[in-house]
Amino acid sequence: MIEHIGYALILVGLFFDFFGCLGIIRLPDVYNRLQASAKCITLGTCGILFGLFLIKGFTATGIKALLCLLFIILTAPVSAHALARGAYRSGVKPCPETVVDEYGEDIKNIK
Amino acid sequence: MILKIILSLLWFAIWMLLSWPPTITNALAGIAVAAFVTFMTSDMFDSGANPLRKPSRYLWFVWYAAVFLWECVKANLDVAYRVIHPDLPIRPGTVKIKTALKSDIGLTFLANSITLTPGTTTVDIDKERGLIYVHRMYIKDGLAISDRLPVVDRFEKILRKVFE
Repeated sequence: MIEHIGYALILVGLFFDFFGCLGIIRLPDVYNRLQASAKCITLGTCGILFGLFLIKGFTATGIKALLCLLFIILTAPVSAHALARGAYRSGVKPCPETVVDEYGEDIKNIK
Repeated sequence: MILKIILSLLWFAIWMLLSWPPTITNALAGIAVAAFVTFMTSDMFDSGANPLRKPSRYLWFVWYAAVFLWECVKANLDVAYRVIHPDLPIRPGTVKIKTALKSDIGLTFLANSITLTPGTTTVDIDKERGLIYVHRMYIKDGLAISDRLPVVDRFEKILRKVFE
């Protein structure tokens, strides 16, 4: 039973990873793409790793999968934040659909 | 001092889990590694707060994890909806939000939660003025620019109980 839940989680994780990749292709600019990749790929990869843990149980593989899950949750949003900030500061313009840009205005004032 | 002991125990536990199964060789190497890492990095974690002072914060952290997981699943469904939709319904923009959190770790957790919740990503933090700049994927018409993120208020309320 628990093995089947594991396989189901791996499947769900693969779906979310797929949507994250689709977002990277379809969305217009860096910042929107980062949204898609940061969210979907975090949960998708965590789903796959947790499914692996459920299948393998408390063995060497399972416990390493659990630790990787923890580190991905902690580091993925930080890297997304660093990429977005770096892109803004080095002058990558948001896409033309953008409605408001308070951060861009504030950076100009600081400079 | 008590913080250093707790940190080294934590690093030792992580080392033991990484080098599963536990043997005496692994444990000896783990003690050396944990001592070294604690010596190198413990001042990064030193916020002055005693981690054992307010035990109720750990219960609040469990509640935070549950809320966070739920919001994370919602965020993924939101992105999936927008990406599959043929018209690509986005109206992106960056807005600033006021925050009352002061500690570094509290702000880090708040920024990470914002990144993983529906439609928002943290772009920058201005600690002196207590501002968080957030990139949003969909901004509705007719909303005031500041104070419109109920999710952030919810996380902030919980995180203040955990970290402050």
